[in-house]
Amino acid sequence: MAERTLYDKIWQSHTVGILPTGQTQLFIGLHLIHEITTAPAFDMLREKGMDVAFRERTFATVDHIVPTDLRQRPFLDKEAEDLTQALERNVAQFGVEFFGLDSMNQGIVHVIGPQLGLTQPGMTLACGDSHTSTHGAFGTLAFGIGTSQVRDVLATQTLAMDKLKVRRINVNGKLGVGVYAKDVTLHIIRQLGVGGGKGFAYEYGGEVIDRMNMEERMTVCNMAIEGGALVGYVNPDQTTFDYIKGRPHAPKGEAFDKAVVYWKSVASDADAKFDDVVNIEGKDIEPTVTWGINPGQSVGVTENLPLPEKSTDPESAKKAYEHMGWTPGAPIAGTPVNVAFIGSCTNGRLEDFRAAAKIAKGRKVNPNVRALVVPGSAEVKKLAEAEGLDKIFEEAGFQWREAGCSMCLAMNPDKLNGREISASSSNRNFIGRQGSPTGRTLLMSPAMVVAAALNGKVVDVRQYE
Amino acid sequence: MSEIIKIVKITGTALPMRGNEIDTDRIIPARYLKEVTFSRMGDYPFFDERYTSDGKKKDHPFNDPEYSGASILFVNKNFGCGSSREHAPQALNRFGIKVIVGESFAAIFAGNCTMMGVPTVTASEKDIQQLIKSVEENPKTEYTVDIENKTLTYGKVKIAIDLPDTYRTALTMGSWDSTTLLRANLDQVKQTAKKLPYMNTFAG
Repeated sequence: MAERTLYDKIWQSHTVGILPTGQTQLFIGLHLIHEITTAPAFDMLREKGMDVAFRERTFATVDHIVPTDLRQRPFLDKEAEDLTQALERNVAQFGVEFFGLDSMNQGIVHVIGPQLGLTQPGMTLACGDSHTSTHGAFGTLAFGIGTSQVRDVLATQTLAMDKLKVRRINVNGKLGVGVYAKDVTLHIIRQLGVGGGKGFAYEYGGEVIDRMNMEERMTVCNMAIEGGALVGYVNPDQTTFDYIKGRPHAPKGEAFDKAVVYWKSVASDADAKFDDVVNIEGKDIEPTVTWGINPGQSVGVTENLPLPEKSTDPESAKKAYEHMGWTPGAPIAGTPVNVAFIGSCTNGRLEDFRAAAKIAKGRKVNPNVRALVVPGSAEVKKLAEAEGLDKIFEEAGFQWREAGCSMCLAMNPDKLNGREISASSSNRNFIGRQGSPTGRTLLMSPAMVVAAALNGKVVDVRQYE
Repeated sequence: MSEIIKIVKITGTALPMRGNEIDTDRIIPARYLKEVTFSRMGDYPFFDERYTSDGKKKDHPFNDPEYSGASILFVNKNFGCGSSREHAPQALNRFGIKVIVGESFAAIFAGNCTMMGVPTVTASEKDIQQLIKSVEENPKTEYTVDIENKTLTYGKVKIAIDLPDTYRTALTMGSWDSTTLLRANLDQVKQTAKKLPYMNTFAG
């Protein structure tokens, strides 16, 4: 059958049936869990006397709450210790494979899934975390879910879901020097709005996306949810297959060849019908920086801050200026920066660190800036160290940490203080997101974070490229 | 079999929370996600904008005694965007909110609410403005949200509200807590799994 999207194909093959509510019962091929959104789900299972239906398709790690400096147990933060112990008890009781703090496979859940070869094309995947859309980079339908849904997946390996429409986003042509996947995803959100993806899955394609490596595609898909799209994906291709091959959970030998046949078959047909198509030109994308309190409030680094009255949503712009304290119309370049954070499920992978280290090498962080690099996983840390990236960062004045979510959401000791302004490679600039209710976050690419760290202010990274 | 609670109609006073793109980090700051259960979440909605750093109450709709006891929340666009944390709807629900009426909702948030039996219903921008105005002028106004017939009424006013049919059915038939429905089909689930190449390590 032709004219079908990847979304249509995977949706159909994973449909168990239609529920009395009219929703589709959808089989979930892989369930990733972590410490924050699962404890009540396991409690509900115990209450109802249920077990985990497909234990072998469930994997757990700790990422959100773990300190990235001193990791001795018990943690200094008693609540963090209690919640971690709750997960440890739950995975032991229910027999779920667990990558704990002492495992070489520990890390941010959206970094380790791909790294272990667990995330594969043609699969459905769920995780109690909105950035689950990251896994869509593999041609996976990956859903961020709440705790009650985590309970449903644990108890049944299925979810009650409504089908989405599909919007194809073509990023055409080429990116300029110093423009990264992060800029592409921020630019898309700026163009389509933070609520623009509501009701849609985003299929990313076009020459720019085709040329991207897997880590870049993960950065793009990671922020689909920031544009309001529950799902974002890229069709699997040779780049995808090459990335998966040889990873611990990848099919081996003959099975791999058979897998590739299946993976190719799930890609959208050449004549697939989309509910909407958007075209974006790669040459129009600049290094992009958010200035406000949601990821859609951004400008190119050479632009000035928008005037609220000319904004599409003047009320939100006013609220943003109230919190951030900038002057409308001022240039974004030159905005002071006190903290620099490189890491997170958006930009905490090896390629991100390579790009950042290229700029940091032989240079010094401004003495007024507190700068840290936090690997997305223990494996990323090991690989980066093998290349000497840790030394480059430390010599430049960055702290080099253990794997975790760190300052992306500040559920651990890594936080902003007071009105500090952070240049951050993470995904959210919401009020209070980085741990201080009055703190301020500027989202940008890892290379741009380094440039900001060196100068103590926002600068155009292209001066270093 | 757990008790079936059908959510058909909600009557009560309301609380307005103005603003577009109110994210779940604002609704509940991440530090409260460290708690092992949801039991205390009702103390925390909008905590950082309701209290000063030394614990003094600030001017905020959720602190305003005029709105105390409200069970209906009026909001604007894309409410609940951002993090998937169910702690956010748990916090609102445990604070006393039983239904949220807004211009639009973020997808994960709306799903989380529905699974807790808290309907998220939409109305036009104009109607939301009117609703917010009506409650700000008279916080004692009583509203009735009729999920079955998709209407919201107060005084002599009746406005159209909307929600996805599947959510409406789930709420009104009392199947919003989906585990039981899903668990009833475990045999079919296993059949579906068997047909997926990756569930057989591509041996087929």
